[in-house]
Amino acid sequence: MSEQIKKATRESYGEALAELGDKYENLIVLDADLAAATKTGIFKKKFPERFFDCGIAESNMMGVAAGLAATGKIVFASTFAMFAAGRAFEQVRNSIGYPHIPVKIGATHAGISVGEDGATHQCNEDIALMRTIPGMTIINPADDVEAKAAVEAAIKHDGPVYMRFGRLAVPVFNDSETYKFELGKGITIKDGTDVTIIATGLMVSEAIEAEKILSESGISARIINIHTIKPLDKELIIKAAKETGVIVTVEEHSVIGGLGSAIAEAVTECCPVPVIKIGVNDVFGHSGPAPELLKEFGLSKENIVEKAKYALTLK
Amino acid sequence: MDSTIRKKLEITACKTRIGVIDAVYNAKSGHPGGSLSISDLLTYLYFVKLNIDPKNPKMKQRDRLVLSKGHCAPGLYSILVQRGFFEYDELKKLRHIGAMLQGHPDMKGTPGVDMSTGSLGQGISAACGMALSAKISNDDYKVYAILGDGEIEEGQVWEAAMFAAHNKLDNLTIIVDNNGLQIDGKVCDVCSPMPITDKFEAFGWHVITMNAHDFDDIERAFDEAEKISGKPVAIIQTSVKGKDVSFMENQVSWHGSAPNAEQYALAMEELNKKLSELEG
Repeated sequence: MSEQIKKATRESYGEALAELGDKYENLIVLDADLAAATKTGIFKKKFPERFFDCGIAESNMMGVAAGLAATGKIVFASTFAMFAAGRAFEQVRNSIGYPHIPVKIGATHAGISVGEDGATHQCNEDIALMRTIPGMTIINPADDVEAKAAVEAAIKHDGPVYMRFGRLAVPVFNDSETYKFELGKGITIKDGTDVTIIATGLMVSEAIEAEKILSESGISARIINIHTIKPLDKELIIKAAKETGVIVTVEEHSVIGGLGSAIAEAVTECCPVPVIKIGVNDVFGHSGPAPELLKEFGLSKENIVEKAKYALTLK
Repeated sequence: MDSTIRKKLEITACKTRIGVIDAVYNAKSGHPGGSLSISDLLTYLYFVKLNIDPKNPKMKQRDRLVLSKGHCAPGLYSILVQRGFFEYDELKKLRHIGAMLQGHPDMKGTPGVDMSTGSLGQGISAACGMALSAKISNDDYKVYAILGDGEIEEGQVWEAAMFAAHNKLDNLTIIVDNNGLQIDGKVCDVCSPMPITDKFEAFGWHVITMNAHDFDDIERAFDEAEKISGKPVAIIQTSVKGKDVSFMENQVSWHGSAPNAEQYALAMEELNKKLSELEG
C-alpha cells in the first residue's frame, strides 16, 4: 500500500530541484548554510556550479535572489521558514513582492513538526506573514508527489512564490501517475455532505484518516486539500460551505492568519457558515518529538474527529 | 579629461540639479540633499559609463544601476530625463497620485529603473544578484550600486559585502556617497560607520576614494575601478549634501524636506546662474 511510504516534503523539494536542473538550464539555487537540512544539497551535488551558499545571511540572500531573477534566472532561495518568512520578511516584501520579481522561496522546517529544536525554530506564522504580501503565491504541499509537482508549477508561474515544506516524514497518499497539480485549485479528496474538513500541508493525511473514523460513525465528511493558500480556491470553498453548512480547517500553523483565517474570510463574504479552526492556538511551541508535539497541539486525526462532531452541533 | 567633455558634464549635472529642485518643490516633499550630492556621479555614470539605451530600457546586455539609497530618487529621475528616458514634465508630477514617478524607485513603472529600492540596505544585495547572474551566464554587463553613508549602518550591507567579495564579483562597483549627514544628524554622531574605507578593505573589496564634485577625479576613480579583477570595488565619494544650492549645503534639515516658494525661487536662481555661467 502506498500509504505505508513516508517521506518529508523537504526531501521531495531537494529531489525535484535536482531533477528539474536538467530541464531548466538557468535554474539557480541559493541556500543560507542549511543545504543539508533543506535538502538543496541534493541539487548542489549534481549542479555545484549553479548552487550558491549565501552563508548565514538570509536578508542578503533574498536580495541576491531578486537580482538573479530580475536578470532572467530561475531562482530558488532556501532556508527554514522561520528565517525566510520571519527574518527576511521585509526583504521578501520590498525586494521581491513589491517589484513582483519571480523568486521562488523554498521554506523548509515549517510548523511545530520541527520538533526538538523548539519554539525558536518552529515557525507557525509564515503563512500569515506571506499572505499579506500582494501578489505572493503560497503553496503548502501535502506529500511527496504534490511537493514535486508544486516545484515545477512554481517555476512556470510568472511571479513570486512561497513554498512551505516540512521536516517530518509524512505519508505519500497521492498517486504520482494520476496526480495533477493546478496552481490555485483545491482538491476534493473525498466527497461528503455533513461537514467539510479543509486541510493543508502535513495535515491533509490526518484529515483523510479522520474521515474514515467519521464515516464509521455515520458522518459524511467532505475532505478538501488546499495546497495553494494564495490565491485561494474560493469557488470550491463556497460550494462546500453551501452544501455542507459547516467547515473545519486544519493546518500546522497558527490559527491566526493562516488557512483557517483565509477560509473564514472567504466564507464570511459569500456564505457565512461556522468555521472551526484547528491549528496552533496563539502559543509558542516547545521541544519534543514531532509526532508527540502534533498530538499535544491537537494536530491529529483524533482532534479533527472531535472538532468535526462539535461542528455538526452548530448547524 | 578633455575640457569640452568636462564642461558638458558640468552643464548636465547642473541641469540634473535643477530637475531635482523642481521635482521636490512640486512634490512638496522628497529628498533634495542626497540627490544633489550624487548629481555629478549620476551624470558621469549615465553619460560616460553606462551602456544603456533610452529607446530600449530593458536591453538585456545593458549595464545595471541600483540606487540603493532609494530616497535620492529625484536625482535618479532627473538624470533619466537628461538621458532621454522620459519627459521633464514627469518630474513635476513626482509623488502625485497617478504619477509614474513614485517617492522611491519603482522598476515596474519607470523606464530606466533597474531595481525597486527605498528600504535601505536592500539594493546592494540585488546588485550582487545581478552581478552574480552576469558571471553565471558570461555576460559582459556591469552592475553599479549607489549607497548612502548612513545606509551602510544597515547590517544587510555587510552581508552583501561579504557575499560580493566571496564570489569575486569584480563586475560590481558600488559608490558610497559620504556626505556625512543622515536624518538624525552627522553620520559620525548618530552611529558612526567610520572608517568606511578600512571596513570595505577588511571585507575584501578594492577601495577607491574620490571627490564627488570633480569630474577629473571621478574619471580617475572609475578608470582605476575598471582595472580591478578578482574583487568588487567600493568607491567612497566625499560629497557635499545639498551641493550647489547654497542654503542647502551641509544642512541636515535638507535631507528630506521640500523648499517653499521663496526657497525654490532662490535655489533656481542660483542653479540657473551657474548654468548660464557654464554655458556662457
